[in-house]
Amino acid sequence: MNITIDVKETELQTKVRIAGEIDAYTAPKLRETVFPYTERETSNIVVDLSEVSYMDSTGLGVFVGLFKSLNANGGTLQLIGLSERLRRLFDITGLADIMNINSEVEGGV
Amino acid sequence: MEAFDYIEMKIPAKPEFVGVIRLTLSGIASRMGFTYDAIEDLKIATSEAITNAVQHAYNGDEEGEVVVGFALYEKHLEVMVSDNGKSFNFRETKKALGPYKENSVEFLREGGLGLFLIETLMDEVKVHQKEGVTLFMTKYLEGEQVERDAETIST
Repeated sequence: MNITIDVKETELQTKVRIAGEIDAYTAPKLRETVFPYTERETSNIVVDLSEVSYMDSTGLGVFVGLFKSLNANGGTLQLIGLSERLRRLFDITGLADIMNINSEVEGGV
Repeated sequence: MEAFDYIEMKIPAKPEFVGVIRLTLSGIASRMGFTYDAIEDLKIATSEAITNAVQHAYNGDEEGEVVVGFALYEKHLEVMVSDNGKSFNFRETKKALGPYKENSVEFLREGGLGLFLIETLMDEVKVHQKEGVTLFMTKYLEGEQVERDAETIST
C-alpha cells in the first residue's frame, strides 16, 4: 500500500520510475514529486509504470494534470511499461487516444 | 431473499485506509472464485467509491467514517459503500432502493472519472441518498450475468 518514485534526469529526458500502488493516498505524493519537472521549458518526461501493481482514477487524474502542464510548457509525456490492466484503464477512459502510451518498456535505444 | 454471508468494515474517512479495504476485498473475491480481472475490477470500483466518500462527504477536515459492506451470494458479490458513518441494516436499506433513476445518474456524472469507472467495471450500480450517500455495486461471477438475464425474461 505504498509507492516508490524514482526520478532520474538526463540531458534528453526526465525518467520517472514508479513502483507500488497509485490511489487516493499515494496520488498526491506522486503529483508533488513529478509536477515541478513539468513546469520547465520543453521538458520530456518518460514515466515507467511497469512496477505499478494498482492504479485507479486518482492516478489517471495525476497523469492528466502532468500531461496538461507539459503541453502548456511545450514538453512531452510518455507512459511506458503499462501492464494489460493499466492499459485497459487508459483505454476505457479514452485517455489512450490522447496520451502517448506504450505497453512495452523501452528497448534497444 | 437469497441467503448470503455479510462482512462489514468501518474505516476512518481518510485516504490511507482505502488500500486496507482493497486487501480485504481481494481475499473475499478470490475466495468466491472471481477471476483475476474481475478482482481487479472490483478493487478499482470499490476504491473509487471509498475515495469519493472520503473526499466529497467530509471535505478532508471533518472527522468521519465510511462503512463498507460485502454481501457474498453464491453467484455474485454486492459491495456497499456508505458515507453516513453508521452501520446499516442491509436488508432494510436494500428494500428501500429504487431503480437506477435519472437523478441518480446525474449524481454519478458529477463524480467524474471515478464514478464512470464504477459504472463501467461493475455489473449493476445503485445509489441510495438518505442521511448521506450509499452506493450499491454488484459483480457477478463470470458467466452468471447471462443466466440471470435469462431468468428475468422467463419470469
